[in-house]
Amino acid sequence: MALHCGRACRQYLLHLAHDNVDFRLPEIKALLSLRDRPFDTSETFNEKSPFWQLNGLSEDDIRSVMSRTVCGKSAFELWGHGTTTDELKMSLLEYPAEKMAPYLQKNSTYKINVYTFNKTLVFKDRIEKIDALDFLPFKGTVNLKDPEHIFCLLEDYGSDPYDIPEEPFHMYFGRWIADGQRELIRSYSVKKRHFIGNTSMDAGLSFFMANHAKVKADDLVYDPFVGTGSLLVACSRFGAYVCGTDIDYNTIHGVGKASRKNQKWRGPDENIRANLRQYGTESLYVDVMVSDASKTVWRKNAQFDAIVTDPPYGIRESTRRTGSHKDIIRPTEDFSGESHVPVSMAYHLSDIFADLLNFAALHLVLGGRLVYWLPIYRPEYCEEMVPLHPCLTLISNCEQTLSSHTSRRLLTMEKTKEPEDSDGLAHLADPRFTLYQGHNSFREKYFCGLTKKNGKDSKASPGNKD
Amino acid sequence: MKLLTHNMLTSHVKGVTKGYPLIIKATEVKVNELEFNSQFVSRMIPKLEWGALIQAAEWLGQSQDLPSTLIPDYEKDEEFLRKVHRILLEVEVIEGSLQCPESGREFPISKGVPNMLLNEGE
Repeated sequence: MALHCGRACRQYLLHLAHDNVDFRLPEIKALLSLRDRPFDTSETFNEKSPFWQLNGLSEDDIRSVMSRTVCGKSAFELWGHGTTTDELKMSLLEYPAEKMAPYLQKNSTYKINVYTFNKTLVFKDRIEKIDALDFLPFKGTVNLKDPEHIFCLLEDYGSDPYDIPEEPFHMYFGRWIADGQRELIRSYSVKKRHFIGNTSMDAGLSFFMANHAKVKADDLVYDPFVGTGSLLVACSRFGAYVCGTDIDYNTIHGVGKASRKNQKWRGPDENIRANLRQYGTESLYVDVMVSDASKTVWRKNAQFDAIVTDPPYGIRESTRRTGSHKDIIRPTEDFSGESHVPVSMAYHLSDIFADLLNFAALHLVLGGRLVYWLPIYRPEYCEEMVPLHPCLTLISNCEQTLSSHTSRRLLTMEKTKEPEDSDGLAHLADPRFTLYQGHNSFREKYFCGLTKKNGKDSKASPGNKD
Repeated sequence: MKLLTHNMLTSHVKGVTKGYPLIIKATEVKVNELEFNSQFVSRMIPKLEWGALIQAAEWLGQSQDLPSTLIPDYEKDEEFLRKVHRILLEVEVIEGSLQCPESGREFPISKGVPNMLLNEGE
């Protein structure tokens, strides 16, 4: 439990929110790597725990992570920790007095908070715990409203709400440094957004995606399935210039039926640019276009710093591309309500991902990241199903469960090699893709499991929306 | 449509080999004042097809006397960067079309948004 080491290797404690647990580690790692810092933690590190210790960082590194994280609640300079009160006391007494001194000065003001995970303490118990810390040389005056320094005792009572222990498993004490950006989840909520669609991405997940993609100021970010631009909104928050394309003319132009419950038609000026304007980032809006992701419109050497996207899986938005009737193997029913001229046809999921990976390999800068969602039929999932590309290295793979038998996985890949002629086609023959080879096979499985009907019904209407 | 986007677009009409740059036929052009960002402009310049950018600016009557070949040490020339910033991000084609230089196929631009969809068989 010893914490005595040089000034350079102070320890920090990260307190994380306990939702989207899978998404947290890739986020923190990505934010650290934006500052070229490694993720160095304690030997007892447990990814599922709400408390992580971080080593080898400076306070500036921590502040930079906290200025972007949506999974981190608060960060502390760790002064001591232990599994019992005595161990915590021992550990705190070993912490160098000269490191504490600047924050315990006579003319300063401070307060001590007590935070408990998986247990609620009554007021009296909290006060007792604060009083038990009186061996620390606090010389300042307590100020609960506006203190200069905030200290926190954090206690971890495990993660089982049905078996809460009397005493905590672990205790930490430290000086508060900064809070994370949980607030963005509320302030960017799609409920209050000007322009939304049926499948607008949740604000929290959009920020996770922007962070996993290491989007930064003055980047150029592209979303090939832009929809109502939720991901562009998140990326522009971090200073990136954004552009996107979508095959749906009505969505891009913000015309047609509204997605909101009490609104029949979309109003004027419901578009992605207005969304960015709402959050003060209109100056970072580059362009959106009506275009088909299967037929790239970009010149060969056009380059993006990141590609962040949520491809349609044919559940709530149809998978479409432009094409000739001749190409359609199974004739489809009429696509009623579609206003644009070109015939759209089903866009096989396997083709969507093959096209997306090939596109990323060609159009990302070296070191740039592709972040996208892959729908999964859970009973059949295995890691080998994740599409790979010789030029892209898989960085992280996080699951968000949607139902008992379906989920989607957020995949982050980094371009590590420029493509050569042989690279583009290599994976098209890859057996991984055969899983989604059938005509909208994921859609069939999704509804098959959902309604216990056979897949024939859903086959008949591949183009419908909800 | 901004000229930054135009600079990265090419014709994707079937069989076309010389589809770059797309010819701009504008009927409405707008200039949107934006806060100058020298960092972004300096980052983008090496990724641009310079000749195509100047050509596009000329089509819109917005060339700002920029040279047809890129000057050296542009990072230090604020006046130059401001002009590039203007044509890259502030000048916008609101109505008009983009034309494939080889096949003549036109892609309409309406309310600032190009429609790049092709019809079946194109």
